[in-house]
Amino acid sequence: MAFVTPESISDKYDVIVVGSGAAGGQSAYTLSMEGARVLMLEAGRKYDPRSETPMFQTPDMAPLRGAGTPDKPFGFYDATIDGGWSVPGEPYTNASSEKGRQFKWWRARMLGGRTNHWGRISLRNGPYDFKPRSRDGLGFDWPISYEDVAPYYDKVEMLIGVYGTNEGLENTPSSPEGVLLPPPRARIGELLARQRGRGLGIPVVPAHRAVLTRPLDHKRLPARLHPGNAKAQRILAEDMQGRAQCFWATPCGRGCSIRANYQSSTVHIPPALATGNLDIVSSAMAREITVGPSGRANGVTWIDKATGREHHASARAVVLAASACETARILLNSRPAGFPDGLGNSGGLVGKYIMDTVGASWGGYIPALEGLPPHNEDGAGGDHCYTPWWLYKEQLAGKLGFARGYHVEYTTGRQMPGAWGDYAKDDNGRTLYGPKLRGEARRYYGSYVVFTGRGEMIPNADSFCEIDPDVKDKWGIPVLRFHWKFSENETRQVAHMQRTFADWLAAMGSVRKDQPNPDGTAAIEPGGSIIHEVGGTIMGSSAANSVTNSWSQCWDVPNVVVADGGVFASNADKNPTLTIMALAWRASEHLLGELGRGNI
Amino acid sequence: MDRRLAIKWMLAAGAGAMIADRIGFSAEGPAAPAAETGYGTDPVLMPAHKPGEYWPLTFNDAERRTAAALCDVIIPAEGAVPSASALGVQDFIDEWISAPYPDFAKDRKPVVDGLSWVDSESKRRFGGAFYEASAGQRLALCTEMAQPAADGSALETPSKFFRRFRNLTTGGFFSTPAGMRDLGYVGNVPLARFDGPPADMIAKLGLTDEVAW
Repeated sequence: MAFVTPESISDKYDVIVVGSGAAGGQSAYTLSMEGARVLMLEAGRKYDPRSETPMFQTPDMAPLRGAGTPDKPFGFYDATIDGGWSVPGEPYTNASSEKGRQFKWWRARMLGGRTNHWGRISLRNGPYDFKPRSRDGLGFDWPISYEDVAPYYDKVEMLIGVYGTNEGLENTPSSPEGVLLPPPRARIGELLARQRGRGLGIPVVPAHRAVLTRPLDHKRLPARLHPGNAKAQRILAEDMQGRAQCFWATPCGRGCSIRANYQSSTVHIPPALATGNLDIVSSAMAREITVGPSGRANGVTWIDKATGREHHASARAVVLAASACETARILLNSRPAGFPDGLGNSGGLVGKYIMDTVGASWGGYIPALEGLPPHNEDGAGGDHCYTPWWLYKEQLAGKLGFARGYHVEYTTGRQMPGAWGDYAKDDNGRTLYGPKLRGEARRYYGSYVVFTGRGEMIPNADSFCEIDPDVKDKWGIPVLRFHWKFSENETRQVAHMQRTFADWLAAMGSVRKDQPNPDGTAAIEPGGSIIHEVGGTIMGSSAANSVTNSWSQCWDVPNVVVADGGVFASNADKNPTLTIMALAWRASEHLLGELGRGNI
Repeated sequence: MDRRLAIKWMLAAGAGAMIADRIGFSAEGPAAPAAETGYGTDPVLMPAHKPGEYWPLTFNDAERRTAAALCDVIIPAEGAVPSASALGVQDFIDEWISAPYPDFAKDRKPVVDGLSWVDSESKRRFGGAFYEASAGQRLALCTEMAQPAADGSALETPSKFFRRFRNLTTGGFFSTPAGMRDLGYVGNVPLARFDGPPADMIAKLGLTDEVAW
């Protein structure tokens, strides 16, 4: 089994997995390693990071020095292909033209999805994050707790490799001994932020990122991950030895040909393929789930993008891992007998409560960092340090004026220069040029620090997606129409972020004179910008208040499992990817049990 | 480029001088029909690409020579460091203004008009094209354009053009391997280990790396 065509698929699949990113990759991995026969449908093309990743290419080798364009929003060398906030031929709509009421929907149509380019930041939700309503009366509690998910966080961290430390900070869980990899040394700007943050009570600790700072322990980990499964252990041990440790160069967003970081296409899919249990069809645009006479799902209908022809595959269960909103779209477009409003939608909740992460930034020049001797700060190709949310007690005491927290990421230092950039400081409005310019640019290079806040958005009834009654994509599939609104909890949080960042930069000696707008509505990044879409098929304690149960199964159709961020009942500041993988592993394990017991 | 780096550059553009000159000095359309399609959503990434490969360039010969001469007033050669034009920055600028993407194409008319102003002003003052003028004459004109100009004054448009052209030149220059070296970027090489900042630098800034990670 391997990459197959619509004509060469089998008729004996246990599970069809729709999507190949964090959720689809993890589901296909868990299911196939444990012996299930899996068909994966990926809407984009096959992608091989080992041969297609531009590792050491410099900007002068790219059009426009690699600057981002509508075709490649994060730059020419970003790993994303056939993706972005707009995908040709695959539109979506927004119901309102009012400012702040739109959602920007990112898609990545390629094997591995958006895991190819993501920031690799891998944070665990804490105990509070699964029971937010119990703490402040807002949003929803999950039907599961941190303790239910913790074993799966352990497994995912051991499988993909995550660097970081256990700091014992509030609602910031530790990993068991021997799970995390050692973090890289801090960069000079991170050390300065750490020292000056101390006076403001702001902690700076090692980031958690899915990058191998040393090789994975292929002798010990496979047995911990697949106890009693010799075949899985052998395959994983072999695969782990094919992953190199980071060589401290090239940005992770380009992907990694030496497989030193996690992307589904380098970490989940190769061992899953090696089991012989996984078939993958690429360019397969899933349209709907089909349902048999028993009322259970029996397969998926998709469009082959190469020919425009419709195909169908059968299986005992379907795992939706298409991204939160695409999963909602597939369910809403599936209207077999008995489900006039869409599969899983008997409660009218499919597409409801979609969330993104709250984002805002503030940056400035730090004179103390000017004119430093050249030194290599590439490091692990992303953040080495971060600030977990630190004001739980102040918030509980009602001192902040908004609910829920944010963590802080930083951009510091001597990154690879690009075409955009403020290389020269001008003198009283006089444009600097000539022999003095290069020396000035050298002096300022590396002295710019940006703080970026990533905060929790509370689900609200004004943020949802539905099927647009008029618009179809080029495959004839009805598209999503979005509704969006941030509440004051988010906009006040953004104001707090920027005020904090401005104070922090001042403590670091920044001479930036302008101040952030105290009205957070001006600075909040538009919905969808942070590309942390979750919700839409949220899990809950009953069919009356949710789409999926605590095992991520649709209440209406228990052999349909949602493995992606759709099941999130809240969107903690922790960035969703690690939690998506942990829940996908957990849901897949449960699905295997149900298949084995004959319940599905 | 990851998201944070993109944000950094966007912020740098918004926080500093670039915000003004990115507005350009005319709301009118481009000088000539621009290309309609870019490199697409799945371009081949591995080989090196050249300006003009994906969309036609704009400059005629005189404009290219004027642009190169301006590039070299902005970043002249010095010792082993090549000038901006020796690194082909004028072709990068041509590619930029010719691109079928709005954020780039909005530089098209201001740059073409600006080069035309420089050329005609040079002919008026010095009796010849800018690229044929003496080093002193070129400097004199650039010194004037580099001054801040009041809104509505005769030099407002040339001053904005010069600022924008300077920023395109520095962006084009410092993103080449030679420019990166000159700037002090020493990364993009594989290392066996990452040691963090040098100890004497940490000490000089009064910092400590006492963390046992």
